[in-house]
Amino acid sequence: MEPVLCIERLSVGYAQRAANLEAVQQVSLAVAPGECLGIVGESGSGKTQVFMAAMGLLSRKASVSGSVRFAGSELLTAPPSSLNRVRGSKLTMIFQDPMTSLTPHLKIGVQLAEVLVRHAGMSWRDAWVQAGLMLERVQVPEHQRRLRQYPHELSGGMRQRVMIGMSLLCEPLLLIADEPTSALDATVQAQIIDLLRTVREGIGMALVLISHDFSVVAGLADKILVMYAGRVVECATAADLLSHPRHPYTAELLKCVPTLSGPRLQRLPTLAGQPPRPGEVSAGCAFAPRCPRAADRCRSERPPLADSADSQVACHFPLSS
Amino acid sequence: MQVQDLRVDFGSHVALRGLSFELFAGETLGLVGESGSGKTTLARAILRLLRAVRGRVEFQGADLLTCDREALLARRRNLQIVFQDPLASLNPRLTVGESVGEPLKIFEPALTAQARRRQVDAMLERVGLRAESASRYPHEFSGGQCQRIGIARAMILGPKLLVCDEAVSSLDVSIQGQIINLLLDLQRDAAMAMLFISHDLAVVRHVSHRVMVIFLGRTMEIAPSDALFAAPIHPYTRALLSAIPAGLPAARIATLHAKTEGCTYCNRCPFAIEVCELSEPPLAEVAAGHWVACHRSHETLNPLSLQS
Repeated sequence: MEPVLCIERLSVGYAQRAANLEAVQQVSLAVAPGECLGIVGESGSGKTQVFMAAMGLLSRKASVSGSVRFAGSELLTAPPSSLNRVRGSKLTMIFQDPMTSLTPHLKIGVQLAEVLVRHAGMSWRDAWVQAGLMLERVQVPEHQRRLRQYPHELSGGMRQRVMIGMSLLCEPLLLIADEPTSALDATVQAQIIDLLRTVREGIGMALVLISHDFSVVAGLADKILVMYAGRVVECATAADLLSHPRHPYTAELLKCVPTLSGPRLQRLPTLAGQPPRPGEVSAGCAFAPRCPRAADRCRSERPPLADSADSQVACHFPLSS
Repeated sequence: MQVQDLRVDFGSHVALRGLSFELFAGETLGLVGESGSGKTTLARAILRLLRAVRGRVEFQGADLLTCDREALLARRRNLQIVFQDPLASLNPRLTVGESVGEPLKIFEPALTAQARRRQVDAMLERVGLRAESASRYPHEFSGGQCQRIGIARAMILGPKLLVCDEAVSSLDVSIQGQIINLLLDLQRDAAMAMLFISHDLAVVRHVSHRVMVIFLGRTMEIAPSDALFAAPIHPYTRALLSAIPAGLPAARIATLHAKTEGCTYCNRCPFAIEVCELSEPPLAEVAAGHWVACHRSHETLNPLSLQS
């Protein structure tokens, strides 16, 4: 089946003074219809940049190259008018902080209905009714009253429900959720993840879930892609990657996740060192300085992303699966 | 620190309904509960950053809630807080060195600028930042780095009690471990007490000696960390620890409206019986150091015997 989103050799750079900062380098990935792809990486690894570039949301200062095909058509070279037809209807995105994604001075109902008026050509009256139904679907209690409220009158969890509802109005083929639960409490987090699972199954939509937190991604993703310093280091099915990580970075990162079982630790495991600073380039593997398995070759020669049956890993000395 | 019957109202909304607990030197008390349970309000109330309606907060021989300004300031040097949003809690117009050195300027005015600078540099290094960071501004740093700056500022006076309000929640797991270990080192070196507020139960479990669970401004359970996570007794604690979301939003709205009598959790509790509606369960010790506020705690001790 043809993927709904296909990114090929995407690079994002920022010209700064004399140097060019490479935020994303040669990233390729594909999302199949109905599939959930989890993107994991530390802050600064470029995970958000990839999808901001795909959506055409980066500032003009960014230089983007490569190809992003959505439902068969190229997005990177598309004119704004055709981008605007796709964005917010068939290709939608939600962010970490729902407060900054909502317009503070417009009622929730107006903001929801506007999407349908614009993209589906509905009348305001019909759109308002649909907005109410959508709030009910994303389990916002007292949805009729909520329609007439302003964003600040809602809790963080409710606002994120509104954002999810808004992103679903036109039955998107793909929803990109960038850290959708990071600003929320554990209990609310679980509810939002549950909601994403339910709505995804309901309309068979594909989902890209970006998070720095494995536990968020683990519950939903079919496939997980790990990024480090602007590159893909590993991509595999969620079950394989979580139980048998092959890239040392994935393995070390998983070790850092505190657990609710096992003995209570006096100190938490950490990943030694720091990720490379933007603009810091190395000939070899970017993770080599922090890697317990690194050899001379890793410092001089960059490992390519090697394909095997169901997974990809960019490492000279991967762990055995 | 000894906190007794602390109550905070926001208008007609009761945020804290009489909380009592103790915090010992060198101890970490974890504080968990969902949003709206009063975690942050508690942190602010004990530091007198907001006004409590009643209660006592005993610290170094004074009641922080009623003592005069002078006595409060004298104690504030030993009471520090690291806030959730690292960037918002730093003055954007002060260099990092000025922010971290400001507590020294206030509490040790005799210090020369040079000596102060040395202490600031040493502290920045301790939290894993280069000394050259001192001359830069907060916006030049990442979230994780700003959080370290916040910790450096809180630690520079060697406080006796540190409140961490979701201090590591926004950080990547790789950095989160580093910051927590740093806090634990600083704690060990100075026998500092910590009130550690977090929604990440796994982190709380590892760092805390004891854990307090609160719900709508009332203590549900307080116990040694191992006991609480291995054998939680209160139905709310169990709901919180299970992977299942603790309640549907509809139930939550209902409970948020002040309930004047009965158990605050009874609207959501699958085990609630008539007495739960009528009278508020007292916090009772069910095992050594393990306190629970539940009418059915003697039954929940043996979960198999309990029928909903």
